[in-house]
Amino acid sequence: MNDSGRRNFLIKLTTAFGGVGVAATCVPFIASMDPSTDVLARAETEVELADIPPGGVRTVAWQGKPVFIVHRTPEEIHAAAASDGSIDPQADSKRVQQPEWLVVVGVCTHMGCVPNKEGPGWICHCHGSAYDDSGRVIRGPAPKNLEVPPYRFVAADKIVIGKA
Amino acid sequence: MPARIMKWIDHRFPLTNFVKHELTGYPTPRNLSYWWNFGFLAGFVLVLQIATGIFLAMHYKADIALSFDSIQHIMRDVNYGWLLRYMHATGASAFFFVIFVHMARTLYYGSYRAPRELLWWTGQGLLLLLMATAFMGYLLPWGQMSFWGATVITNLFRATPFFGDQVVVWLRGDYTVGDATLTRFFALHYLFPFIICAAVVIHLVALHTVKSSNPSGIDLAAKDNIPFHPYFTAKDLYGLGWFLIIYCIFVFFLPDSLIEPANNIPANPMQTPNHIVPEWYFLPFYAILRSVPDLVGGVLAMGLSVMMFAFMPILDRSRIPGGAHYRPFYRWQFFLFIIDMLVLGYVGYTPPTDSTLLLGQVATLCYFGSFFIIPFVSRMEERWLIKRGLPPAVIELMAGEAAAIERHKQSHEQRKGARL
Repeated sequence: MNDSGRRNFLIKLTTAFGGVGVAATCVPFIASMDPSTDVLARAETEVELADIPPGGVRTVAWQGKPVFIVHRTPEEIHAAAASDGSIDPQADSKRVQQPEWLVVVGVCTHMGCVPNKEGPGWICHCHGSAYDDSGRVIRGPAPKNLEVPPYRFVAADKIVIGKA
Repeated sequence: MPARIMKWIDHRFPLTNFVKHELTGYPTPRNLSYWWNFGFLAGFVLVLQIATGIFLAMHYKADIALSFDSIQHIMRDVNYGWLLRYMHATGASAFFFVIFVHMARTLYYGSYRAPRELLWWTGQGLLLLLMATAFMGYLLPWGQMSFWGATVITNLFRATPFFGDQVVVWLRGDYTVGDATLTRFFALHYLFPFIICAAVVIHLVALHTVKSSNPSGIDLAAKDNIPFHPYFTAKDLYGLGWFLIIYCIFVFFLPDSLIEPANNIPANPMQTPNHIVPEWYFLPFYAILRSVPDLVGGVLAMGLSVMMFAFMPILDRSRIPGGAHYRPFYRWQFFLFIIDMLVLGYVGYTPPTDSTLLLGQVATLCYFGSFFIIPFVSRMEERWLIKRGLPPAVIELMAGEAAAIERHKQSHEQRKGARL
């Protein structure tokens, strides 16, 4: 009868069981720091487009983040379609559902600042990144284009941001 | 009667013994200069920050709808609220100033070298805790700089592999820095000083095990130690007087010089200020972050730049005793490093242009380079010094120490012999 072997086994088993218990207890504490349900409830935003004139920009809050909605003019559409951007190449047609409406999250992909509308496109004053009229990065340090949020047209002049 | 009380206590708790060994009678090298005041000053500022912070917390409201106004309430309505707030805000800068001097002294005199590695590493941990506490405290006034500072720094965690985006949302408790972020930062900003206190106790236990280093950079034998009280209590208090004069000049006459004007505008998540800068004490590290043209690389470089100090005991392979005072090459390197830090601070403060970007990149290379060349420089310096002979002062000191240790050994042997 190997008593010490059984003891060793029991000590290891109970220690492991205790460890799993401690780890499981940590779950609610860590999960409590994730967005709460009232924050999640703000996950969708509805926007009327009718009052944005051609060439106009509207900034709306979606999940607390600014979203730029641009009513592009034919010239702007033409300029945006002419190139694919440089740092993170992407066709303009992949970034819009209807060419006259550009919807992008107004958060610089570098450090999270809000770029300013300046000339054609945007310039981020934190670290000097520049974006074109399709929200594509044309000057670093930002690594990626402005994010296109999931959105859908629920009417000809109304979109819901948050769900495609 | 007091003697009887002390006797009653000492029977149950080693009070007299503790005071005698660790406070009043704690053996301290007699040659400590005023550069050795800064550890005590850091402890003093810690107490000051906790005291002012607790009283500020009685009037502050951690809610994005109320926090900005509650600061104005403190400044205008609360009795002496302006004083508490200016003491706390100035105290944060004072804390970093004394810690930076404390670290510079350690680097200059080689106090991180054996046997003080753990003392140095516990200090490194304290630096990280201090940085985290200061960063979270800066969000609480909910001004534009508070908001965008917290946004940029929490965004750095996007560099986490695989679930970077989820980590950022988890840290903020929201998709942007919001109410959940403010409330948790307040809770942690209140908690961390007490963790710092515990870490200070560990730092002091390590200090009292290996004892203070001294300007010679050589471990002195017991003959050169004098009791902490009254000699160093007096010296520390004199230094404290000077510290308080400068601190009070800032608190009473220049309180806004250390607060960014943009932080007097309430936080606006829809509008970033044209020029965002961190507090002055983060500028060199911020410059390193900006100098690397890649998010993950920049975050790694910034993290590493703070942690580089921990490698000093490993990098410095020199067997030459003594601090920079006796090491000509290392001394040069030390001062060049200080200048490099100032250049990085300047780059971190200015808006990014092509020329400051280049300057920042060169300074970043110099920053890391000055750590990486230490093993080679210290070896070369060792050969150079051995060829030319050690400075006479070091030889004299070492001979004196060797003789003292020998005498100590002999008397120990004699006593042992007598017992037998």
